[in-house]
Amino acid sequence: MRITGRVWKYGDHVDTDVIIPARYLNTSVMEELARHCLEDLDPKFATLVQPGDVIVAGENFGCGSSREHAPLAIKGAGVSCVIARSFARIFYRNAINIGLPILECPAAVQDVEDGHQIEVDLESGQVRNLTTGRVFRVEPYPPFMMAIIESGGLVPYTRQRLKAARKPNVSQDEVRQ
Amino acid sequence: MGHTLTEKILADHAGLEEVHPGQFVDVAVDLVLSNDITAPLAIREFEKLGVERVFDPARVVIVADHFVPNKDIPSAQQSLVIRQFAHAQKLVHYYDVGRMGIEHVLLPEQGLVVPGDVVVGADSHTCTYGALGAFATGMGSTDIAVAMATGRVWMRVPETMRIVYHGQLQPWVGGKDLILHTIGQIGVDGARYKAIEFGGPVVAALPMAGRFTMANMAIEAGAKAGLFPVDQTTLAYLGGRAARPYRVYEPDADATYQQVIEIEVSHLEPQVAFPHLPANTRPVTQVVEVPVDQVVIGSCTNGWLEDLRVAAEVLRGRSVHRDVRCIIIPGSPQVYLDALREGLLEVFIEAGAAVSTPTCGPCLGGHMGVLAAGERAVSTTNRNFRGRMGHPDSEVYLAGPAVAAASAVAGRIIHPSELE
Repeated sequence: MRITGRVWKYGDHVDTDVIIPARYLNTSVMEELARHCLEDLDPKFATLVQPGDVIVAGENFGCGSSREHAPLAIKGAGVSCVIARSFARIFYRNAINIGLPILECPAAVQDVEDGHQIEVDLESGQVRNLTTGRVFRVEPYPPFMMAIIESGGLVPYTRQRLKAARKPNVSQDEVRQ
Repeated sequence: MGHTLTEKILADHAGLEEVHPGQFVDVAVDLVLSNDITAPLAIREFEKLGVERVFDPARVVIVADHFVPNKDIPSAQQSLVIRQFAHAQKLVHYYDVGRMGIEHVLLPEQGLVVPGDVVVGADSHTCTYGALGAFATGMGSTDIAVAMATGRVWMRVPETMRIVYHGQLQPWVGGKDLILHTIGQIGVDGARYKAIEFGGPVVAALPMAGRFTMANMAIEAGAKAGLFPVDQTTLAYLGGRAARPYRVYEPDADATYQQVIEIEVSHLEPQVAFPHLPANTRPVTQVVEVPVDQVVIGSCTNGWLEDLRVAAEVLRGRSVHRDVRCIIIPGSPQVYLDALREGLLEVFIEAGAAVSTPTCGPCLGGHMGVLAAGERAVSTTNRNFRGRMGHPDSEVYLAGPAVAAASAVAGRIIHPSELE
């Protein structure tokens, strides 16, 4: 899967309260959440973002609350991928679980600036800054997580497993690295 | 090679002899939690799984506490979704208005979490239960949907960071100051993906309320969990309360910690975290002339009876400053009742504070104390991100109940001893 889009660049510790403020958590409809995505950090983002655009940020992206509304708002806004130096752990799980591609790539974050065009190849793990021409490699996902991604998220992954086995228990051999 | 408390609990719940940091495991969970904000999304995903029933109606807990009592029509609709689900699934532990408390105060109080448990909750402050020697961690709604259906979750075994506190606490210094100081030292991602195990003589002398406060804010350092060893204080708290038999795990003497941090706290002052990160901490005497518009005392961090006692000690016979709105929120109906019977609520109301039914409300800018542009609050809650408590141009200063109550009286942030 190859993604091309404009970069929206932000700093460290972009928290879930600015990704989707709690005043909008009285709904879980993705399209409604998307309208307020990053509103308190960058009020123009939600109106100007185009399908396929990429968010690039610093350390600890998505820190704070467990609200899955945060990656849903980003996905609903049309963002195709989030690249950061690092992610907060609950946000990381949530993004994988709902099928929002996220990549840890400090070198790309260093190089990319707001407004650059970027190309991401999720299969080969390659990030190309189309504005500067520089190319970066991304660490592949652990195999266990790749299985969830390939199923299309945790719900389809679990559905398949529940169907396959009478018992919901996942065999330990399968999940151990 | 020895193992940490975290590794031993996770190994047992994964049915393995031992586990190592970085290993992916599939673990059985003892309790699955969600609330009025995260449950509707979890229920939507649960319904896509093709499963009729939750794995165990006694182990799936839903607490309506964030926007409850319902603040508006959309919130009422969300509450309706979870109420219908709870009834259809015959959930034993569904808590609605009147019996509802702030989830992380309510569950321990009701004895629903016991030492050695693995608890997952669609709320980041689920890590609070680490105070009881349980491995408890926050997750999103989809993870919780799968856990509700199967009673299992996948996890990466975290590295463990041990933080040891030495010395003697000064007056007016408590668990909140210890954890704020710690986050100030290691940063908001200082424990990212790790489990923290707290220890040393200072926490051994700390009452349960202070331990809950510290474990609660482990997530503010990015941690997956924050655990305390089980001791006489824990066992005394559990007496007559624990809803299930439990097993007490202890870390091995030769356990491998990724990092050990030793903190001397004898000279530690009450701490204040400035906007907009919990790591922006300063000793309160270095806070110069910060006037406040609102003070909130409560939340899953400091909504315990002990916290209200500290606030009452400061507010007794004094008046909340005329330019300050002081809102005090007991963490559960039992805390409310105990505070009432002890005369604490009388102290608060006579001082000019408002006392609310339990709710998370103001902590996340939901209701019951939302800030306007330019307004400033001192709050015993856990987060001071931009816009956390209302308008994006408002400010939240985090502190313990003593500093919060004293600041309510003075109208600016002060050390409680300034009132004496």
